[in-house]
Amino acid sequence: MNRIARLGLALMATTMISGTALADDVTIGIRTEPSSMDPYFHNLGPNNAMLGQIFGRLVEWPPAMDKIIPRLATSWKAIDDTTWEFKLREGVKFHDGTAFTADDVLFSFARADGYTGGNSSFRTYTKGKTVTKVDDFTIHIKTEAPYPLMPNDMTTLMIMSSEAKGTGGEANNGIKAKDFNDGLATMGTGPYKFVEWKKGDQIVVEKYDGYAGPMAQPWDKITFKVIKSDPARTAALLAGDVDMIDDVATPDIPALKTNDAVALSQGVSNRVIYIHIDQFRDVSPFVTDKAGNALTKNPLKDARVRKALSKMIDRDEIVEKVMEGVAIKAGQLLPEGFFGRSPNLKPDAYDPEGAKALLAEAGWADGFALTIHGPNNRYINDGKIAEAIAQMLTRNGIPTKVETMPSSVYFKRASSGGPDKTPEFSFFLVGWGAGSGEPSSPLKSLLATVDASKGQGASNRGQHSDPELDAVLVEALATVDDDKRAALLAKATDIGIGRNMGIIPLHYQVNTWATRKGLKYEARADERTVGINLIKDN
Amino acid sequence: MLFMSFLVFSGVYVIGDPVDILISDEADAEDRQRAIEGLGLDKPFHIQYLTFLGRALQGDLGDSFIFEEPALGLILERMPATLELALSALLIAIVIGIPLGMWAGMRPESKSARVIMTGSILGFSLPTFWVGIMMMMLFAVQLRWLPSTGRGDTVDLLGIDVSFLTLDGLSHLAMPAINLALFNLALVLRLTRAGVKEVVHQDFIKFARAKGVGRRRIVLVHILKNIMIPVVTVLGLEFGGLVAFSIVTETVFAWPGMGKLLIESIGLLDRPVIVAYLTIILLFFVIINLVVDVLYSILDPRVRLQEVKS
Repeated sequence: MNRIARLGLALMATTMISGTALADDVTIGIRTEPSSMDPYFHNLGPNNAMLGQIFGRLVEWPPAMDKIIPRLATSWKAIDDTTWEFKLREGVKFHDGTAFTADDVLFSFARADGYTGGNSSFRTYTKGKTVTKVDDFTIHIKTEAPYPLMPNDMTTLMIMSSEAKGTGGEANNGIKAKDFNDGLATMGTGPYKFVEWKKGDQIVVEKYDGYAGPMAQPWDKITFKVIKSDPARTAALLAGDVDMIDDVATPDIPALKTNDAVALSQGVSNRVIYIHIDQFRDVSPFVTDKAGNALTKNPLKDARVRKALSKMIDRDEIVEKVMEGVAIKAGQLLPEGFFGRSPNLKPDAYDPEGAKALLAEAGWADGFALTIHGPNNRYINDGKIAEAIAQMLTRNGIPTKVETMPSSVYFKRASSGGPDKTPEFSFFLVGWGAGSGEPSSPLKSLLATVDASKGQGASNRGQHSDPELDAVLVEALATVDDDKRAALLAKATDIGIGRNMGIIPLHYQVNTWATRKGLKYEARADERTVGINLIKDN
Repeated sequence: MLFMSFLVFSGVYVIGDPVDILISDEADAEDRQRAIEGLGLDKPFHIQYLTFLGRALQGDLGDSFIFEEPALGLILERMPATLELALSALLIAIVIGIPLGMWAGMRPESKSARVIMTGSILGFSLPTFWVGIMMMMLFAVQLRWLPSTGRGDTVDLLGIDVSFLTLDGLSHLAMPAINLALFNLALVLRLTRAGVKEVVHQDFIKFARAKGVGRRRIVLVHILKNIMIPVVTVLGLEFGGLVAFSIVTETVFAWPGMGKLLIESIGLLDRPVIVAYLTIILLFFVIINLVVDVLYSILDPRVRLQEVKS
């Protein structure tokens, strides 16, 4: 009887699974829902992932982020030092049947550039650029100085119809996010069209039959279910309610690996987890002597001390014990395979003796005390990583306290919590995802000397500064030749991390998706969860 | 209400602003400044607060920082889901809690009463999220009887989306509603039992019995009516609690209600939504207390008599 019952259950389970496989509909459980359906509202991972399926971009990154590939643009090149030419795909139609032309690109550019609402605009990628229409399918983008990152910038900007409802043909006429959220103005050329968004519940998109581009359309209908809680997301997959989930929690991974009904896909992301070090204050608030008294000078200003701290961190142990093997230790800003990496930098090995020698050389043989700060709900296992590092430093003669807090409190304090809006902490954990797919963005934001007028050092919370690095970076940013630029970026990384240890890289995050058996997700380095990269695997 | 709005407004102001969380890594100082100005966060605190008050008096609680939609609309959009969940939970608590409590109160020494009482201890001592996950593992993952998360199909009833009218909706509703009801079920059960034990021995029951009133009538009219006052009070307050704090259940079961909206808004420091939410909840409690007072006078003639006298 028991056996029969079990057989029955197994049969039921298989019919349920194959039942969902017959119809070409798929349901995906996502952790974070987008904040808007307006493609220019908010430059945020979930928005860029979801909307990229509905609106097309000129060019895009493939899952591995190794080489920019054509989308709405079929080819592009720099025709002189300050002008880029993009040839547009012909015969593409928006979801309402209107034809896609250069006018739509100009319209989208104008809308992104003039957008005043929203939280984090796409103006970052449009300012300083002038777009002109050459003919219906050719555009020129001009900059004042040579600008090699034009294709990279164009991987971010989505293209909407200039004739979308509610716009009246004007790019910035006060149309609100709500008009997009209701589907009124949500008009793109992507492989999927918007059906509905029930906030906090689900987003539904449907295959666009008139799609003429190069992207795959593996499903007729994709439903994204918002399931924020980690165990609930895993349970929903195991229960067969969803076909895939993203952001699988690290404690669930070993159990899912041994489950025959589930397949995992993992991929290293473009996000490095690192430590900012206060290098601008002569007396740093969270660096004290071992009795807890203030010091008269800041040991963290000395590169030898920073290197010693890096050598005290056992990255293997963090990867193995804290991240349960799901991370890759880091020695620079981007993992292997990305453009412009330095061939010289390896992750620092755990080396207590070497660290001691460096400390003695710097005149800090007796050590000092530190507090490490970190968020506890922003990156994978962030709070635990901070705790592990504190233990490692304490073990090596730098008694370290830990303070972690929710990211809503943390980032404000980490960026501007101190006097005169300076960063509050001395030694603190942050992550950086290089959306541009190469190291110039982290170099520019994290290691270049803070200078708001040049747009540099915007997130340089330790205020690392080295004129030589600045000079190399400026040169790199103006070098259109790829090989030369890659070499310059590598050189800047060598200076900023190899020589100065301006920040201490810890590891690259590895993201995990889980699907039911029979499906396969192409893990994306940009951490996006999109339906078009979910394919059948038989 | 003014006081509460000030308290919440300043509290969230002190923690920080959402720009630091929301802004893209790639943005430079100029973009950051633009975003801060776009949200009106560059102005001093008192100006921000006075602007908010001025608009609130006209019924506009501000636009969400995150969604750029009216905060009130966002909350009202999700309110039916939460109300449905809370009402279902309340119904479960009453329909199961009161009979079981009466049973246990009438026969305090019997074995069944002991089982019920022990069960009720589990009901209010086990943490909601744990029970929720366990239920999910059992009914959704192992037995596959019920869907694990979400709200399911909804039907438009008088302009409001409800899910209890479809089979799919009901199956989605079952687990979260039971999960949310457990604590209150145990509470109602114990209150009822205590009330019954007390009332059973009072003179009017003995008198009624001596007069030859049927057992059924004694239990259903005389005892039930007398124990209802504390039960209604507690249920009234607890209903407010169910609505306001269904957060845990909603998060575990991905139920798209307003509790989940609140917790996400707090995480992102979406001040207009937080303030609007708490304002609505405050109103809610006021209304519930009013309803409870009205119910008193229906249940207890003494309350009505006092009113007449005064």
